[in-house]
Amino acid sequence: MSDLLAARSQMAMSLAFHIVFAVVGMGMPALMVIAEWRWYKKRDPVLLDLAKRWAKGTAILFAVGAVSGTVLSFELGLLWPTFMQHAGPVVSMPFSLEGFAFFTEAIFLGIYLYAWKRISAKAHVAAGVIVAISGALSGAFVVCANSWMNAPVGFTVTNGVVTDVRPMVAMFNPAAVAEVIHMMFAAYAATGIAVAGIHAYALLRGTLRPAFHRAAVQTALFVSVPAMLLQPLSGDFSTRDVAKRQPIKFAALDGHLHAGPAALVVGGWIDERNLTRKASIEIPGAISLLLKFDSKAIVPGLDSVPVADRPPAGIVHIAFQVMVACGLALATVGAWSAWRAWRRRRGSGVALPADRTYLKALVVTAPLGFIAIEAGWTVTEIGRQPWIVQDFLRTSDAVTPMPGLIVPFLGFTLLYIGLAIMVTYLLWMQILKTGITPLGGHQPPVVSETTEYNVRR
Amino acid sequence: MFGADELVFTLPHVVAGTMVLSITAYVLLAGADFGGGVWDLLARGARKAQQRKLIADAIGPVWEANHVWLILVVVMMFSCFPAAFAHFSTELHVPLTLMLVGVVLRGSAFTFRSYDVSGGANQARWGMVFSIASLMTPIILGVCIGTVAAGNIPMDVGTSRTFVERFVSPWITPFAFSVGALTLALFALLAATYLTIEARSADVREDFRKRALSAMVAVAVVAALTLFLAKRDAALVYHGLTSGWRALLLIGATAIFALIASVALLTRAFQIARVAVGALASFIVWGWAWSQYPFLMPPDRTIMSLAAPRATLMWTMSVLIVGTLILLPSFLYLFRVFKSVDRVDVPSDSPSSLDSTHS
Ligand code: HDD
Ligand code: HEM
Ligand code: HEM
Repeated sequence: MSDLLAARSQMAMSLAFHIVFAVVGMGMPALMVIAEWRWYKKRDPVLLDLAKRWAKGTAILFAVGAVSGTVLSFELGLLWPTFMQHAGPVVSMPFSLEGFAFFTEAIFLGIYLYAWKRISAKAHVAAGVIVAISGALSGAFVVCANSWMNAPVGFTVTNGVVTDVRPMVAMFNPAAVAEVIHMMFAAYAATGIAVAGIHAYALLRGTLRPAFHRAAVQTALFVSVPAMLLQPLSGDFSTRDVAKRQPIKFAALDGHLHAGPAALVVGGWIDERNLTRKASIEIPGAISLLLKFDSKAIVPGLDSVPVADRPPAGIVHIAFQVMVACGLALATVGAWSAWRAWRRRRGSGVALPADRTYLKALVVTAPLGFIAIEAGWTVTEIGRQPWIVQDFLRTSDAVTPMPGLIVPFLGFTLLYIGLAIMVTYLLWMQILKTGITPLGGHQPPVVSETTEYNVRR
Repeated sequence: MFGADELVFTLPHVVAGTMVLSITAYVLLAGADFGGGVWDLLARGARKAQQRKLIADAIGPVWEANHVWLILVVVMMFSCFPAAFAHFSTELHVPLTLMLVGVVLRGSAFTFRSYDVSGGANQARWGMVFSIASLMTPIILGVCIGTVAAGNIPMDVGTSRTFVERFVSPWITPFAFSVGALTLALFALLAATYLTIEARSADVREDFRKRALSAMVAVAVVAALTLFLAKRDAALVYHGLTSGWRALLLIGATAIFALIASVALLTRAFQIARVAVGALASFIVWGWAWSQYPFLMPPDRTIMSLAAPRATLMWTMSVLIVGTLILLPSFLYLFRVFKSVDRVDVPSDSPSSLDSTHS
């Protein structure tokens, strides 16, 4: 493995790991605070218990998010010093703003998690709201930094030196709007559906506390469904944006190999060397029609640039299709949920625990949000290759001169695998405590919905 | 060549000064969290479990917020002094990576220990990882600082060196490791002193008073050793620390606060001890900063020469000012909620379990 490949792999692995926790850090505070707010209004102890249970899981995930994020901040320098040397001053804005968002997030999360009894209920809900807002903001800021790599503006290069730096222009770069919106929806959709799926699983397996899990599914879907429904629209916006801004990335994600009218390509794989597609279903002209409202319109293809400037189209194309497939599946479940909710409100339809088909659908779609996120980032990042900063700096020119990078890559990979196993195990223990029938079939020692815990406030 | 005697106020200097203040905050707050881990490792005697419980309760709600100071320093570094950041993270790749492993293990093991409900053996294992990582990380942090301050990674040396010459030898030095040991001792001192105030029973308070005193001795011994080694291996640091009235003032203040803190600990004036120890730690940080002023990357790259374009510095400082206006009240609120004794409503020194179920 070359050092460049090791560095790229380490970066990709660290980011793919961090994003899971980051997304949870954006989504879970919203879920917790909505549950707690509903409790505050209705005084139904089940809702308070829900907020507290979720808070415990979030505490574990947040800690891992914070440490893996710290690793990333250093890795930008450890792996890509040349990149940071040039890009640091330009993308300084989103990163320093993000720093303050982290501060407020961590401060108020500490209060939210540990001060249930120390501050008033109102102050507690307010702390939760601050966590939710600053979590969303930290996500938005860092995505602004990333979108700058896709659409670098706000500086001039004269004789190889970066001059005339305009940090605000860089932060609000042309790619920022589409990416931030898409990431926000992604975070709420993915967290919400994953949580709903876990609690739906409890209802399916049987639990002594159906009301608890039903409230959980409802609250999680309340956050997730709007995002799942809007995500394909936002994705369409992103796609058009990429087609304008990064035509070669677009060619890669669509599998559009030769400049000319572009077909909609579904399935199959791409032979990058010979520029051919295999085993794919194609609708000729469909992409040209979608993009330019003219099925004959010319769209740049992978062959529009020299080989050295092409991203690995095969991976990008597959990742894009995975994301879109997940997105369509999620939108379907979202529409189903909205329809169910509407029927229930009108007094017809089946109550949640009895509607087993629907519960099964929730369980099956539970991981799709996170799969779509990983796939989407693969499209964004690998689709940008060979550039680290589109059209300005090549990834291969940005890498550190430090040799033997495979060692830290393997080391961090092992470390993160260990963390992932441990986090999964701890979360599973927390979930079992909510009175789910464990896999062995023994009922956990839960007494009843009302006496199992005591509300101290 | 050697440190300038005139302090200059330009935008880059203001930014660098702000970085020093952030590092100070990191030392005073997160340093104590690491120090807590050290005392967790060294917990012993009849009240071992109570000591650990106190430490865990003290760190739990605040460590993640305290930790962000380090991230802020990194962000300011790459935004405002990008060439220095690139250089420093290239040459110190190995120790920085080790430090990151420590950061990851410390944070996650601490959390796993709090939330692992599977029982004693596993919790003890996580406790072990947590405390060893808390011991290792400050040492490596100090090693990195010592290496930079000593001018061991100069910026324009050619690259025709072996791996060991370039990436290992510069930081494997007695001086760098003595700075590492000083960092560790200082963090342990901060933690023990703060814990005397947070302890809710007289016995535990007494335990940490004794620990604070021994940490004070360790700080004094290691500081003297560091100064001695500086004279031998890090002329720049030694010169910076010993020449000029400002340097002598800094050293004098450090010594006076060490004295006040010791007396306060001996006479059980814990509030005074806390303030004095905080001042002592701050003056050590400032002494280091002054010793390498006006260089950001000793021996020859100044703050001025490494600064990013003016627009970046202006914007970053603006964000810092606005951010601080939000941050300070938030931190005050955090500490008021968790660090004032009268608001504590849990009988907390109970040796029961480390699973501080905060529900
Ligand atoms: C729940 C997650 C999720 C879902 C359901 C979708 N996406 Fe997505 N997508 C992401 C999560 C995501 C992401 C991980 O959040 C990315 C990576 C970078 C970004 O801004 O968002 C992304 C990137 C991304 C990009 C690349 C943007 C760039 O490089 O700047 C495009 C073109 C799309 N998406 C298009 C779609 C379409 C047409 C979808 C149809 C349903 C879709 N996405 C569903
Ligand atoms: C799109 C990608 C990313 C998103 C959406 C994101 C979002 C977040 C969020 C919401 C948090 C809050 C804490 C948590 O959830 O555990 C977080 C933590 C963190 N992230 Fe990321 N992040 C991303 C990528 C990055 C990158 C590339 C870096 C480094 C440059 C980074 C650095 C950090 C740091 C340092 C923390 C810890 C903050 C703390 O201590 O509280 N993140 N991230
Ligand atoms: C968290 C979600 C993210 C994921 C899953 C992700 C994924 C990836 C992947 C797969 C690569 C390797 C690409 C390759 O070399 O083939 C990569 C590279 C990189 N990413 Fe991201 N990325 C994310 C967000 C970000 C953000 C928010 C930033 C910037 C602030 C960022 C900065 C970088 C850098 C600097 C590289 C290395 C250079 C390069 O390969 O272009 N990434 N990332």
